[in-house]
Parts: sequence; structure tokens; C-alpha cells
Amino acid sequence: MTTLELRSGDPSDSLVTPSAALGIFRRPLATTGWKSWVFTVDHKKLGIMYGAVAMFFFLLGGCEALLIRLQLAAPDNTVLSAGLYNEMFTMHATTMVFLFVMPMAAAFANYFLPLQVGARDVAFPRMNALGFWLFLFGGIFLNSSWVLGGAPDGGWFMYSPNSSALFSPSHGVDFWVLGLQITGIASLIGAINLIVTVINMRAPGMTLMRLPVFAWMQLVVQFLLLFAIPVITVALFLLSFQRNFGAAFFDVEQGADPLLWQHLFWIFGHPEVYILILPSFGIISEVIPTFARKPLFGYKFVVFSGAAIGFVGWGVWAHHMFASGLGPVSVAVFSVSTMLIAIPTGVKICNWTLTLWGGKLWFTTAMNFAIGTIVLFTIGGLSGVTHAAAPADTQQTDTYHIVAHFHYVIVGGAVMGLFAGFYYWWPKMFGKTLSERLGTWNFWLMFIGVNLTFGPMHILGMQGQPRRMVVWPDKLTGDGFFNLGFWNRVASVGSFTIATGVLLFVINVFRTARKTEKAPLDPWDARTLEWLTTSPPKEHNFDSIPTVHALDEFFHRKYEEVDAEGGSRLVKVKTAEEVQAELNAHPDEHMHLPSPSYWPILLAFSLPIITYGVIFNLMLSVFGAVILLLAAFGWVLEPSVAGHDEYDPPADSGDSTKELASVG
Amino acid sequence: MADTTIHAPGHGTTTGLSNNKLAMWMFLGSECLLFGGLISTYMLYRGRHEGGPGPAQVFDIPLTSVSSFVLLMSSLTMVLAVNAAKAKDDRNTKLWLTVTALLGSLFVGGQVYEFTAFYKEGLGFTTSLFSSSFFTLTGFHGVHVSIGVMMLLALVAIISRGRITGDKAEAVEMIGLYWHFVDVVWVVIFTLVYLIPA
Repeated sequence: MTTLELRSGDPSDSLVTPSAALGIFRRPLATTGWKSWVFTVDHKKLGIMYGAVAMFFFLLGGCEALLIRLQLAAPDNTVLSAGLYNEMFTMHATTMVFLFVMPMAAAFANYFLPLQVGARDVAFPRMNALGFWLFLFGGIFLNSSWVLGGAPDGGWFMYSPNSSALFSPSHGVDFWVLGLQITGIASLIGAINLIVTVINMRAPGMTLMRLPVFAWMQLVVQFLLLFAIPVITVALFLLSFQRNFGAAFFDVEQGADPLLWQHLFWIFGHPEVYILILPSFGIISEVIPTFARKPLFGYKFVVFSGAAIGFVGWGVWAHHMFASGLGPVSVAVFSVSTMLIAIPTGVKICNWTLTLWGGKLWFTTAMNFAIGTIVLFTIGGLSGVTHAAAPADTQQTDTYHIVAHFHYVIVGGAVMGLFAGFYYWWPKMFGKTLSERLGTWNFWLMFIGVNLTFGPMHILGMQGQPRRMVVWPDKLTGDGFFNLGFWNRVASVGSFTIATGVLLFVINVFRTARKTEKAPLDPWDARTLEWLTTSPPKEHNFDSIPTVHALDEFFHRKYEEVDAEGGSRLVKVKTAEEVQAELNAHPDEHMHLPSPSYWPILLAFSLPIITYGVIFNLMLSVFGAVILLLAAFGWVLEPSVAGHDEYDPPADSGDSTKELASVG
Repeated sequence: MADTTIHAPGHGTTTGLSNNKLAMWMFLGSECLLFGGLISTYMLYRGRHEGGPGPAQVFDIPLTSVSSFVLLMSSLTMVLAVNAAKAKDDRNTKLWLTVTALLGSLFVGGQVYEFTAFYKEGLGFTTSLFSSSFFTLTGFHGVHVSIGVMMLLALVAIISRGRITGDKAEAVEMIGLYWHFVDVVWVVIFTLVYLIPA
């Protein structure tokens, strides 16, 4: 939670004091200190909290990756035992997917969706807080398995029979199953919340075809989550009934079909990979037009191809199972659908490239990361589409070639895109710009590191090095160009190069936090609505909700077309400060902001109690269920909004507060 | 559950639909996939009951038909409750909500009776793949009905104490949406599990 102090916020900025007299208990009132964070329902604070916790898990998952690469850096290595190695790669993947990329995308969604659509907050602020706390507690619960008998060790897709009590006797898999249930609930309520926010809380004039691409991609992602999460929920329930209550859903010896798990997992798992990548597609679709200084080429194509990826993404899951004997018809169908999904993805890459074409490129760190995303994702996408050919895939399944492919798309695509987001939006979130000098180093180390780490894995995989292999004996490495030992060492060096890049980012964050220099209001000459408010935004986001007239509304408020030789030309007629002053000249009256609440954290807290109970003692679960029930009733009985009069602060509460509560 | 930053339902939203109702529809859409997964599991495993009784041996179609009828009728009383709530008729709202909860409890009671009878006939949760998937699917549905009953009774209590926040008719309608959904799911389960022979 290191970045929590970064948000400069003067307590007197808090414009609307929450009423104390709501519900059966007094609502929490603190606007500063830890209470203002723990009980907050503010989407911006929750966004920062999501981001800080996700960053922590990123570093944790990164350390796990480094240990894996250390083990593989030398022949017959003994850094990790085979059992610990299994735990390490399982937790590395689980942490990176569920506790870093997904919540980091949720952090950006939380912070920027309301700002981009011109809303004061999300549709259900308390649910938003509940989602964050469930994610945090779920992550802690999952990782507590390290000290409570051993971490999960069945691989991140936890195939049967590796997941059964016979092959994985520790409680690790139970922690995995129940921890993912908790974070799944978090994702589900987050999805419902954000869908309603984008559909129902848009500013006047913000039609769907004027939504920023980031908002569009997040909307697609939330729909994917909405329908994918319940499928994994079923799979997880079945597995925990098998492990804890003696059912045999995936036990082949008792006549079960192990493919059931694979189907359920990948019906969730394939939409999941689009859940990971589409937020980054959204981010770079904001970054690239800004730094190419021209509108996104083919906005509608980018939007609709994103939606098309969302739809087709449901029809390709069995390409993860080509080697499992599905039969020729299924394999053929899923081959073709997998080739099909490359089309909308290719459309996007073309659109970004054509946005760059002829633009006045400004190579900031954010732009570097965005271009890096295109390059690396394209490499990963190309190796991905070759896997659509089932014969080739059957050879490559479970080799390092697959590891190379999905790390190129997830690290090269999703993670690099998120870093573009950090550098682009940092001045908006914290009012200070991250150092560009450190940022350049950060970018190049990560970019080179990704290629050094995952590039050689293509060769390793083609030569037949299996995925999840704990040691490589020196005598089997071969010689010449295809010497496996050499390329394994290169990959290990590469992983530490990435780690150095990430370390520079962390240093950059701390140095920026101590910096006093304020960022300009509009440092990048940006285009979308979130830049129309102060940096960091006020608690109520906008003094006056803007009316939207165009795609890239903020840009069109700054620039006007003037006639010139050889056609019209866009000329900057107003600065960001002038645009903002113009908007704020007539602040809204009666802004209604949700009050902080005790219930989200309490309700979320009951879930790990229940899940610890399932593993250790069911009485504990009963106790947790009682807390859950009480918290649910407390939640329902607590009015989420007060009447107009209740928002008027006490007469002695200071000028600014009083004025804004009555005027805007 | 009734979080919103606006006052009257649907007033001031972009689409004119209430946030709460939109969210409930989204949630129910998600629930479809949950039951879809459970039903698929059951359909895959319903024929696998070596060493234990199969569907044809244990199902008591007349009994389950009666409890299904009870559940279907509870949808009717739920509609009457929503209607009364829209007419701002507190007395009838509470009456029909209570009747709905009673019918729902009757259904859950029937399920408990059925499960007990099956258990006595030798069909435990771990007897066979058929039994595990059957109890999981119908159990999940039973839990949904039970949660619905709790929400209905809580709503009656909250209305009686005058503690309702926001729009009362909308709160009733939201729980109504959930209730009808659980009902419709049962129609699918009853058809696939009980009526169509394995």
C-alpha cells in the first residue's frame, strides 16, 4: 500500500460531508487518515487501492518467476525441490492472472470509467468497495497457503487428476479453489457495477459511439467476466465437493470424465485471456492517438472488433484441448474459429499502426510502452494463430513454445499496456508526472528483457523442452545453435532484466511521490473527458457535469478547425485551464455523493472466515456465515443516499464545505 | 443491495432504466451460466450410477410434480405482491410476500423430504456420479429458493417497520425478478432431470 500517500489531498477539498445520522449506525466520517481509505466508497480511492495491492502481488509473482528461472539457469539445479517448483509455477501463474493483471485492469476501470463517461461515481459505490476487499482478502487467503501446509501445486489450470487429493494431498488446492471463489465474487460484482455505470451513468450527449475506446474495451471485458466467472464457479464448486465432501466429479477411477473439468475451465479460461488483454488494448487506444496527435484511425472498427473478439472468444475454448482426443469434428471446428478470431485482432493492430502513420509522434514513456505492446503482442499473436492448426499444436502443446506464446501476449501485450497506462495517467491520478528518464530505462529494460526471456523459449519448445520441467540434465541439452542449456541461461538472464526494469518503475514511483513539482493540468495534450477535471480529480469528479458533443470531447474543446491553404487545419484555441474554467463557471447544485460505509469490509471479511472453516473446521464456517448474514442485513438497512437536507453540512463546518454543499 | 446515487428508479439515468433493475438483470444473466454449468454436469453424469439406484428407481414424479406446482403458484403470488406494491397497498404487499415465502418454504420442505427419502433408498451424495451431480444441481437450486425466502421475509419485516429506503415497489419488483428466475430454472431442471428419462 505504498502509493497510498501519493494522492495529495487537502482535507478542506472534501466538498460534501457525509451525514452522521444515517442507518442504524453512524456512517464513518473520516476524510483523512487510514479510516478514510478503509471505509471509503470513492471509486478513485478504491482504484488506487486496487492498483497498490495488485502491484504488490505483481512483485510477489515476479519473485516466484525469478525463482523458477534461477532453478532453470543451470543443469541439474537444486535451487528448488520438485515439489516446491510445482507450487512456484502454480502460484506464479495464479498470482499474475488473478491477483495482478485482472485487478490492475480493475484499478484502471474503477478510476477512469466514471471519469471517462462523465459520472460522479460508479453505480453502486458500496459494491465497489466490497469488490476490492474481497479481492484483497481472497489474495491473502490464497497466499496464506504457503505457511498453512503448502501452496497449490497442480498448475494454474489445475487439471484432473493432479488436482485430486491423491495426487495433491496438501490443502494447497483447497486454498486455490476457495481463494478463486472469493476473487471470483469480487470480479462478478465489479462487472455488474461497471456495466451499469457505463450503460446508465453517462453524461448528457455521451452516446455509445462517443465513448472512449478504453471505456468500450472495459465494457466488453465486464460482459466477458459476467458470463465467464459463473462457469469457473461451477468447476470450483465441483472440485471442492470432490476434495472436501467425497464426491467424484473428476475421478476417472470412479467413472468420471476428466474432460469435464477441462471444458468448464477453458469455457472460462479462454474468455479470460481476452479479459486480460482487452483492457490494455483500451489503454493503448487512448495513448497512441494522444501521442501521435491524430484521432484513432477507424474508431468504429476498433470498437466493433473489440466486441467481436468478445463474442468469438466464447467459441474457441477447445483449442486448449487439441491433444486430449476430442475427435476430428470438434478439432476442425475449433481450429477454424481460432483462425477467425485472429481477424478482429489483426484489424486492431492495423488501426493502431495506421494511427501512427503520418502522425507527429511524441515518444514519451507511455508511447514507448504502447508501441512495445503492439510489437510484442503481434509476435505473440502470430505464434498464437499458428496454434490454430491442430497438427502443429498437438506437437507444441505443453512445451516451452506455448509458454513463449502466452508470455508474449500477456507480458508483452497486457503488462506492457498496463505500464503505458501508468505513465499516461499518473499525472492525472496523483498530480505528478513520473520521471521520463527513469521511464525510458524502465521501458527498454522491460522490452529487451521480454524478448530475451521469452524469445528463446520458442526454440526451447520447438526442441521439445516440456513445460513445467523442474530440471534439465546437461547431457541431454544437445549442441550448436540448439543447445538447450544456452537458451535456458539466456532466458534466465532475460527474466532478471525484466525485474530490473520493474525495480526502476518502483523507484520511479517513490521518487515521484517525494517530488514537489506539480504536473501540468494537461501534460500530454490529451483527448478524453477524464482530463477535463483537476489532477488529481476532486472527490465529486466534476464541478459541473460536461455535456458531450463529440468523440474526443476534451480535444474538441481545445481545438477548432480554421481554414488554411490546402484545406482546413486544427488550431489550438484554448488551453486546458481555460476549458476547465469555462466548464466550472456554473457548478452543479446538490451533488449527491455516497457516504462511506463499514459494511463492505465487514461483509468481505466474513468470506475468508467461511473458507478457512471449510478447510479446517466447519464450525468456523458457521461463525463466518453468521457475520455474513448480519453484515448483509446491516448493509440493506443502511440507506445508501441521504435526502437533500442531510447533505447540507452543519453550519459551523467551514466556508468551502458549506458553499459547495448548497451551490454545487 | 439498493445502492444508487439517484432518487426515483430510472430517473436521470442514461437509458431511463433503473440502475438496480439493470444490475439485477445482469446478475440473472450470470446465473444462467451458473445453472448451465450445473445442468451440463448432471446431463453428462445422469447415466453413471453403477452400485447405486438410478433416476428411474428413485424419482417420485407425482410428489415432485406437486412441489413444482407449488413453486409455480408462488410466482403468481409474487406477481400479486408486486402489483400491490405498485398500488402502494402495504397490507396486500405484505400478505402476498408472506404467501410467496410460505409456498417457497413448502417447496424447500418438499425437497428436504425428497432428499431424505432418496437417502433412505441408498442414494447418498457420494454414492455415484449421478447422485453427486443430482444433489449438487437440485441443492444449488434449493439454496437459491431458500435465499429467496429469506429475502421475502426480510422484506416483509422491513416494510412493517417502515425501514425501507428508496422505492418500495422497486425493491419488491427486484426480489420478484429473482424469484421468477429461480422458478423458471426449476421448470428447466424439472423437465430435464425428472421428466425426460435418462
